[in-house]
Amino acid sequence: MGDILQLVLKRLGLGAITLLVVSILIFFAVELLPGDIAQAVLGQGATPETVAALREKLGLDQPAVIRYFHWLAGALTGDFGVSLVSGERVSAAISDRFVNTLFLATYAAVIAVPVSIVLGVIVALLRNTLFDRVANVLTLTSISSPEFFLGYILILYLAVKSNYFPAIASLSADMSFGDLLHRTFLPALTLVLVVTAHMMRMTRAAIINLLASPYIEMARLKGVPPWKVIVKHALPNAWAPIINVVALNLAYLITGVVLVEVVFVYPGVGQLLVDAVAKRDFPIVQACCLIFAATFILLNLAADVGAILTNPRLRHPK
Amino acid sequence: MTKSKDAEMLERLESAARTGGISKRDFLRYSVLAGLTASTATGLWSTKAKAQPKQGGTFRWGIHDGNTSDSHDPGTYLTRVMIFLAHTHRSYLTMIMGDGSLGPDLAESWEASADASEWTFKLTENATFHSGKKLTADDVIASLNHHRGEKTTSAAKALLTDVTDITKDGDYTVIVKLSGGNADFPWLMTDYHMAICPANDDGTIDWQSGDGTGPYKIDTGEFGVQFSLSRHDGWHGEGAYFDKVELITLNDPNARQTALVTGDVDAVSLIELKTMGLLQRNPNIKIHNIPSAGAITLPMFCDTAPFDNPDVRNALKLAMNRDDIIEKITFGAATKGNDFHHSPAQPYWPDDIPQREYDPDQAKSLLKKAGAEGLTVSLSTADSVYAGAVDMAVLYAEHAKAAGININVVREPNDGYYSDVWLKKPFCLVSWGARPTPDVMYTLAYKNDAAWNESHWKNPRFNELLLQAKAELDDTRRAEMYREMAMLARDDGGTIIPFFNNFVYANSTKVGTPEKLAASWENDGARAASRWWFES
Repeated sequence: MGDILQLVLKRLGLGAITLLVVSILIFFAVELLPGDIAQAVLGQGATPETVAALREKLGLDQPAVIRYFHWLAGALTGDFGVSLVSGERVSAAISDRFVNTLFLATYAAVIAVPVSIVLGVIVALLRNTLFDRVANVLTLTSISSPEFFLGYILILYLAVKSNYFPAIASLSADMSFGDLLHRTFLPALTLVLVVTAHMMRMTRAAIINLLASPYIEMARLKGVPPWKVIVKHALPNAWAPIINVVALNLAYLITGVVLVEVVFVYPGVGQLLVDAVAKRDFPIVQACCLIFAATFILLNLAADVGAILTNPRLRHPK
Repeated sequence: MTKSKDAEMLERLESAARTGGISKRDFLRYSVLAGLTASTATGLWSTKAKAQPKQGGTFRWGIHDGNTSDSHDPGTYLTRVMIFLAHTHRSYLTMIMGDGSLGPDLAESWEASADASEWTFKLTENATFHSGKKLTADDVIASLNHHRGEKTTSAAKALLTDVTDITKDGDYTVIVKLSGGNADFPWLMTDYHMAICPANDDGTIDWQSGDGTGPYKIDTGEFGVQFSLSRHDGWHGEGAYFDKVELITLNDPNARQTALVTGDVDAVSLIELKTMGLLQRNPNIKIHNIPSAGAITLPMFCDTAPFDNPDVRNALKLAMNRDDIIEKITFGAATKGNDFHHSPAQPYWPDDIPQREYDPDQAKSLLKKAGAEGLTVSLSTADSVYAGAVDMAVLYAEHAKAAGININVVREPNDGYYSDVWLKKPFCLVSWGARPTPDVMYTLAYKNDAAWNESHWKNPRFNELLLQAKAELDDTRRAEMYREMAMLARDDGGTIIPFFNNFVYANSTKVGTPEKLAASWENDGARAASRWWFES
């Protein structure tokens, strides 16, 4: 177990360096964008005097490098600064949004992960039958369609024509948990459709791959029923690739859902990031991107640790 | 007609009248056709059809164009959601009424000195902020000063550059001194930046708290997402029939229209013209198509060949088939332009100026006179100017062929169109937002020394009239001046105006609206929350 702890610490250290590099890239990418926050805020009514006054007020008259180190010094002590546009604390502006994004990702993952793994096992068991083909065609179709298109199809049939679910997922504070699940069902379902195929097919491929191994043949020869061969003998060895693809998809559920947020008017972090980029609101952009980068780093780490824990050969290296 | 059919028709007439879909004159005419006598019909109009608006309900209002980076600072209001919210939780000195006239809001009355360079506003004594504080002249002065001075970051600074001093006379009188006469000054007070906020002791305003004297107070809100408001009992105005109002940011056109169809919202601020026809078939939805003062213009540099010849300019104006453009590009949601930048939605609009029609033959003969037969010009445009702007330019080029004019449509990049193309290329396509009065519009883009004089047009008589009309307090004389200026712009000016775009928005038929809707913004001049009501 000491090895794993060492691995985790090493990876966390590397992750921190990655985050630092990401923050430098983001800062100068925002600097490269044409126009600046003063012009974006004032719009067509911007005159040279008002733009200069606003720049001075926001401290934008200082050189970019100095502003970056100001920000970095704050960030290292846990202070991510204030939004340049609204003056609100970045942590306050992002926390609610991030909770919403996590909620939607969790909602979708709770449905998608079990469904796709179970489906993957079943289609591996019934491979090359009609069921296998139909399941593959359906999930591949849904992953190949743009997510906003899937969203619109679901809205058309489940909201406009039948009125089972609301078309927009606007939230309010006094909602019960049941209401919340009902309101956000369509965006969650869209995400489920988008990520299921990837996980299901990876499960199927990993298991089918193992089914050709001699130890599976041995199990078959001694008369183990087919479902037991898969669940007891094949699946434990297939966990590593499955965990990897699950982690990848979980990261996607958190970082890649801007389109779904727009279609369903869901107040998540993606929409916040797009708005902030349009306004050149650097502290918000920076914080959002760091959250996304950290999500990828942590989930990748979790996937590697999971792969080691499920594999005795890796757990006890010679 | 059978009896039941009569009854059904009357029912439909009544419902159309209640929702404002039919005028009193039409109502009476159809009622008489349906078999009623004139006096019965008149009685029916007053008792049933125009019943008193009902109190109550939560008005859910889906609004396009909102952003997480919005703020309560009136100086940086930019998005529709903030403009609509401002008209719901704050007040202005004056407001534009449903019939397009100027009415009182916080100012009960106003009057000018003889040369219109000093304006006195008498404030209502009944207005209170949501915090309970009474509104006084200090709040008004601080709110206007927010847009003045060296340090201001307000986008509305240019509107108040003529103001030299703002003083009070007692708690309820505000006096504004201008450097020159401006008969339109009370109109400028309807500009969305001029929202009144509570004053701090040091003469600045407290915009951060979101406090105001408007009909509704903010309970909870998140920029770019949603605002929930409830009625402010101490409001000084009339109306505010809803108990609660929710402003929901719905930027995606599909989400907005779907939400209206499924009943997730009661009204929306913008309908996509492409799908307007489909939405019209839904019996539960009422679409409003309101002429606005926003316009599409095609300025030509009057000091650059070939546009330096008025005959060439007029030939290009005559070579455009405006009806065709309105039908194909705006799907009918526009008001025909007549080459002067003064919309029927603005005051002093001259209604007796002959409409310029498509006349390729006359255009040809004008070109012959100018010795410019077989004219070739380049027209710059981009799709970011207006949805369908490039198509519109191509369509215009087709129209112009019949007059022997060859128009090259140049498609420019969307990014930076207003910094690299507008005011730089001699012939391009531009979109203008609504301005409250012809004076503001003409001063901004048609005055000889204006920075935004997009057509480089310098007509001495026009500029003389512009200055005279600005300080003229007599409405009749003023209207005459604007008429003459319109004729000059139309026949000598360098701007082709194909159309004024309409505001196209919609609400559920459960919502009652007044017969006349203000045209300053979408949704009844952004005041749907205080002017509309639920039918049942």
